[in-house]
Amino acid sequence: MPRVYSLAALVAVWAVVAALLQSRLLPGPLTVGTTILADLRSGELPFHMACTLGRVVSSFAIAMLLGSIAGYAMGRSRALDRYADPWLIVLINMPALVTIIFAYIWIGLNETAAILAVAVNKLPNVMVVMREGARALDPELDEMARAFKFTGLSRIRHVVIPQLAPYLSASSRSGLSIVWKIVLVVELIGRPNGVGFVLGSAFSLFDIAQILSYAISFIVLMLVIESLLVQPLERRAIRWRRRPA
Amino acid sequence: MNDAQSAGDAAPLELRIDAKAFLSADGTPVEVVRGFKLRLEAGSFGALIGPSGCGKTTILRIAAGLDPDFRGELHTPGSGRLGIVFQEPRLLPWRTVEQNIRLALPAHAADADLTDLVAILGLGAHLARYPGELSLGLARRTAIARAFAVGPDYLLLDEPFVSLDEAVAARLRDELVALTTRTKVTTLFVTHDLDEAIQLSDRLFFLSDRPTRIIVERSLPPPRGTRSRDVIASLGDEMRGLVAQATASGA
Repeated sequence: MPRVYSLAALVAVWAVVAALLQSRLLPGPLTVGTTILADLRSGELPFHMACTLGRVVSSFAIAMLLGSIAGYAMGRSRALDRYADPWLIVLINMPALVTIIFAYIWIGLNETAAILAVAVNKLPNVMVVMREGARALDPELDEMARAFKFTGLSRIRHVVIPQLAPYLSASSRSGLSIVWKIVLVVELIGRPNGVGFVLGSAFSLFDIAQILSYAISFIVLMLVIESLLVQPLERRAIRWRRRPA
Repeated sequence: MNDAQSAGDAAPLELRIDAKAFLSADGTPVEVVRGFKLRLEAGSFGALIGPSGCGKTTILRIAAGLDPDFRGELHTPGSGRLGIVFQEPRLLPWRTVEQNIRLALPAHAADADLTDLVAILGLGAHLARYPGELSLGLARRTAIARAFAVGPDYLLLDEPFVSLDEAVAARLRDELVALTTRTKVTTLFVTHDLDEAIQLSDRLFFLSDRPTRIIVERSLPPPRGTRSRDVIASLGDEMRGLVAQATASGA
């Protein structure tokens, strides 16, 4: 309940300020609401959101998969870590915009470039978190699994992944929010559709109502994904922990 | 549990460690074991007894095949299938008791019937619980069940009864005797408790300080497991005498 009150208060403050200012530059919640409804009905909003969501999901999946594998390998092998770490530092300090521009120039103004550019931006963060996770793996459980001749697959599934679960969920939570923000930039620069594209054209028209309506719709969508997908998965992963009495 | 397989195999467990050293923090090698030689007949129960820090766990890890970095030779009985109980139970906290036991099983035996084993160890009511909800005694029982469930060719136990209260430890010792008698599995048991070793074993191996080797080796008259307190006490005195003698003559 406190979450609902707090959100309602935010909307109320917005409504009061907008009513006082009476400016075209800050439309009130009602105006934005009707814009959202109109765009929903015309199919524009769902179309662009679907484009953006598709890019978010693909680049997130690529970054998580490759980042987890690479981070795990670096956490397990000191030699590999020593050689790969400078690359990681270069990658992590590369400005997102530079990666995006190079992806578009080298690969072309297409979907592959857009998705790869976002994935490469997120990749080093996943690697850093997963490397920490791999370093924290319990050598005693590892030894137990070796003594009982666990197969490689069941070692990963029953011994390694449960220990990495907190790191996976930390990097996927921060990842999801970073990825969708970068996807908008990628769309703004070089895609003919998606929320970022719409925000770009609304900016050139000073159409604040549309900017707000798309921003709010996308935030709501990400909140829904967070509470319907990420949180239940997390609860499932930690159900073995003893609940506080 | 596959009784026939472990009973039918007559090969002994043989371990020879000519030398085993660790690198200390400043890079100098520290010799932990030297001239260690152990032969344990098939189906018998041997105990390694030695002071804390003498390298018992090192020897056990080598016997388990977990540490190939030593000079010497290891011959495991049968196909070399190992059941091991570590000092800490080493259960997977995110898997239930039953999953913890079954995950250790080889793929072809994944659906093995565990009823008897679980009944002997009194785990029946706890199969669906997670290790975090178990007492240390129950966690140790789960670890023992896991080691027997795989139908091992040989069994290694590293002080599995330390830090349990005496009543629980005594019950667990009886259960261990029952299980090893039944499966006739070749067992090597590490402890620093002489009375415990005498109660459980066919053969005792006394270890020296570092670098560790066997200083006294004695067979005990059967039957094991049922020796009375008086017998254990008098055997204990005898052994202590032998060890003191061997230490004195070695020094």
